[in-house]
Amino acid sequence: MIFLIATPVFGAFALLAFPRKLSWWIAILASFATFVQAVALQFPNTIRHNWIPAIGSQFLLTVDGISYLLVVLTGLMTLLGILASPQMPRLFYAMLLLLAAGCHGVFLAQDLLLFFICFEAVLIPMYFLIGIYGAEDRRRAAFKFFIYTIVGSVALLVGFLTLYLQHATQTGIYTFDLSALLQTRLSPGTESLVFWAIFLGFAIKIPMFPFHTWLPDAHTQAPTAASLMLAAVMLKIGTYGFLRFSLPLLPKASLDSQLLATLSVVAILYGGWICLGQTDWKRLIAYSSVSHLGFCTLGIFTLTSTGISGSVIQQINHGISTGLLFLLIGFAYDRRHTRNIADYGGLAKSMPGFAAVFMLALLSSIGLPLLNGFVGEFTILRGAYLVQPWWAATALIGIVIAAAYMLSLYRHTMLGPVTNAANSQLPDLSFREWLIVAPLIVWSIWIGVNPASHFGIISSPVEQIVERLHP
Amino acid sequence: MSVNDFFSILPAILFALFGTALLLLRFDSTRFYVIFLTVAEVLAAVALWRQSDFLGLTGFQGAVLVDSFGIFVNAVCLAAALLCALGAYRYLEGQDENHPEFYSLILLAQAGMYLMVSGTELITVFIGLETAALSFYVLTGFLRTNPRSNEAALKSLLLGAFSSGLLLYGFSVLYGLTGSTHYPRIAAMLSNRIPNDPLILLAVIPIILGLLFKAAAAPLHMWAPDAYDGAPTPVTAYLSTASKAASVALLLRLVLGPLHEFRPAWEAIITFAALASLTVGNLAALTQSSVKRMLAYSSIGHVGYILLGLVAGNQTGIEAMLLYLLVYTLMTTGAFLLLAGMSHDGVIDFRSLLYRQPGVALLMIILLLSLAGLPPTAGFMAKYMIFLSLIQARQYWIAIVAALYVAVSLYYYFRIVREMVHQSEEPGATVTMSTGWRAAVGVSALLSLALGLNPEPVLAWARSAIR
Repeated sequence: MIFLIATPVFGAFALLAFPRKLSWWIAILASFATFVQAVALQFPNTIRHNWIPAIGSQFLLTVDGISYLLVVLTGLMTLLGILASPQMPRLFYAMLLLLAAGCHGVFLAQDLLLFFICFEAVLIPMYFLIGIYGAEDRRRAAFKFFIYTIVGSVALLVGFLTLYLQHATQTGIYTFDLSALLQTRLSPGTESLVFWAIFLGFAIKIPMFPFHTWLPDAHTQAPTAASLMLAAVMLKIGTYGFLRFSLPLLPKASLDSQLLATLSVVAILYGGWICLGQTDWKRLIAYSSVSHLGFCTLGIFTLTSTGISGSVIQQINHGISTGLLFLLIGFAYDRRHTRNIADYGGLAKSMPGFAAVFMLALLSSIGLPLLNGFVGEFTILRGAYLVQPWWAATALIGIVIAAAYMLSLYRHTMLGPVTNAANSQLPDLSFREWLIVAPLIVWSIWIGVNPASHFGIISSPVEQIVERLHP
Repeated sequence: MSVNDFFSILPAILFALFGTALLLLRFDSTRFYVIFLTVAEVLAAVALWRQSDFLGLTGFQGAVLVDSFGIFVNAVCLAAALLCALGAYRYLEGQDENHPEFYSLILLAQAGMYLMVSGTELITVFIGLETAALSFYVLTGFLRTNPRSNEAALKSLLLGAFSSGLLLYGFSVLYGLTGSTHYPRIAAMLSNRIPNDPLILLAVIPIILGLLFKAAAAPLHMWAPDAYDGAPTPVTAYLSTASKAASVALLLRLVLGPLHEFRPAWEAIITFAALASLTVGNLAALTQSSVKRMLAYSSIGHVGYILLGLVAGNQTGIEAMLLYLLVYTLMTTGAFLLLAGMSHDGVIDFRSLLYRQPGVALLMIILLLSLAGLPPTAGFMAKYMIFLSLIQARQYWIAIVAALYVAVSLYYYFRIVREMVHQSEEPGATVTMSTGWRAAVGVSALLSLALGLNPEPVLAWARSAIR
């Protein structure tokens, strides 16, 4: 498990040692090796080493079903991101690999301090990926993203420290071990304080409405591989944090947080509404992420096993379908160098393969049965309906809006006559590009047709979380 | 003078001997000056290390104490001196001012700082402080033909003399109250006084103010930005780290020793100074266009963080202060030395450095991340320990204010990073450094990273230092 972190870091350094010509291949090799290790991971499984005994922090990594799926997603996205960006400087690949190592650390760490350090460390490569390799307004976007998340993390650290010290006053043992901290008893006042401090950290990372304003800028300016990592992996850090830390550590405060489910529903509608008016298709997909992540948080804050399992599956789904969309937009951008929807039109004539894959990604994003999106959204809605019918009813409107903006996007870019002469001669997807989209298409259909295999993986960790909430 | 006396100040003797020898010797090649200094530092380091087997040893009737606290802080000063001297060699060549006196003064300042840190008697520490301060005045003005350097020296001389007077006044009141200059005796004589005795205030306030002045804490920081800005950059690195560490050590020895029972008398001043330093340092750094001046202001902010450990006042707090001093020394020395190698020091001159000199830019990024206190660097660990001690001491509001200033500092440090990643065709400033210089910057940057990934050894060391 330790190699999941070590291999990409080692790869990043190896890049600097070898000639520039080989750097793409070395990056592919390193990320492929990481991905294979991620898939081959045995779970549940724990490794534990002393790290900073002076303050009771351990190098504690644990993998369970939820971590496993997210780690595999991270590994796959890193590999695809690197495949999708040939001929980039060495530093670019090094940053992507370091980002992957940090994300693996986030999804595996069960020591609060280690988690926090990884949580922060992923920001630094992402800052450079956006700040150096992004589009025209990259530096402002990267800076905004950075400052926003740092403010959240300070709150997160305060929450973690309070827990740590409460535990120490009760037992006399200073430890950041999650399983030990689960035994801490907190007064209702402290518990809700800690809950909201941690909430702020994760909510900015997800981002939940109304903390989402950094996301469209960051996504729009980021290069394809960074958009991919940001959407598919980094947005899940916040939702994962809720599942791993907020709910089990602070069950009482979580039960009082009906407001968050309402906020999620608002995010679903608001994100969708904004999408209807976008002229930049990368920005459109970014806002649609706000809406989809609203489904994920709605599932979590139903606080039922149905809702939470649906949320985990939806997190993976969002990774697959939004990842696919960003990749495809990246391919189109490589050919035309514009993100403006109005510059496209009739692409289905010149690039039929591209248009077909784009259709599949859209449909999976909207939630068509037999594709992955449907499974997640349906399970979440069922969970929400059992708790509070109007949540489900309102969220359903969100799905209708999603269908509206996605199909309208498809009509304006893919269908109709070729309005712009530059679009008539575009080459269709190359072999490399097919290779990149193929795993995502397969995974998407696999979840859609056979969701039980994935629900099986996550059932026991989800049961543990629900057990903590409703003992 | 017995062997014990000799051994208890052995490092200071080595510094003084080698320092004065440098004034007399003339080598054919200027390179030997650095080698000579390095030999002195290595010998002193061995002496310090040998001292760790004789903890609790006192010399000169209790005027000097060998303990792990002193060894820790002296080691920090030693590291700063060595790194700065390695960086200074080529810098002074470039300015055509490479004289043996420079290295001699570095060593003499260190001898003074040794007495400041290890002294447990008022006159001893005062002599040490003055020796160090005098050396620093000359070092600040070492670029004799540069008016800025001269101005800086004069300014720090005048204000420094004022602060020394203040400090000495406090010492004399303390002597008047107790009839002794030895710390243990002073503590014993003061034990029957109530904590807010006005006479105690008369002694404590000038002492604390004088020391805060030396450590460049707000509101007594006025001299620092000009002195740091005008001094030759390697001297700035030395002055802003070692001299601060020694002053803080002297402060700690006093307030945790004889003045420990009088916490009410000094607590308010320290708290105010810490918060004021955070505010002044971080807010003034926001608008600076010269990186040297920005780092000078931010070093005032860092003193604020260091003092917060004393505000918390518990064991974690003091441990955090020591850790912070070490980490601060590494990252600040590294950043100033790198800056010394640049042909211009404006924020704008860093533009597109990442593409022109990626290695140097990466080192600078690590140092800036550490200065801003982001994980996984040592700067984070140091700030983390400070926050931990504050929360333990239930000083929540101060912790929150300090945490907010982290975000502010992030803004100005990242202005430099932003410029570095900005791609531009126009030629910016270039960095030229000799091998030793490069090594000094590299060591401080890599240690700033390594101590963040595995802080256990230094944390354990700091913990043992205050036992």
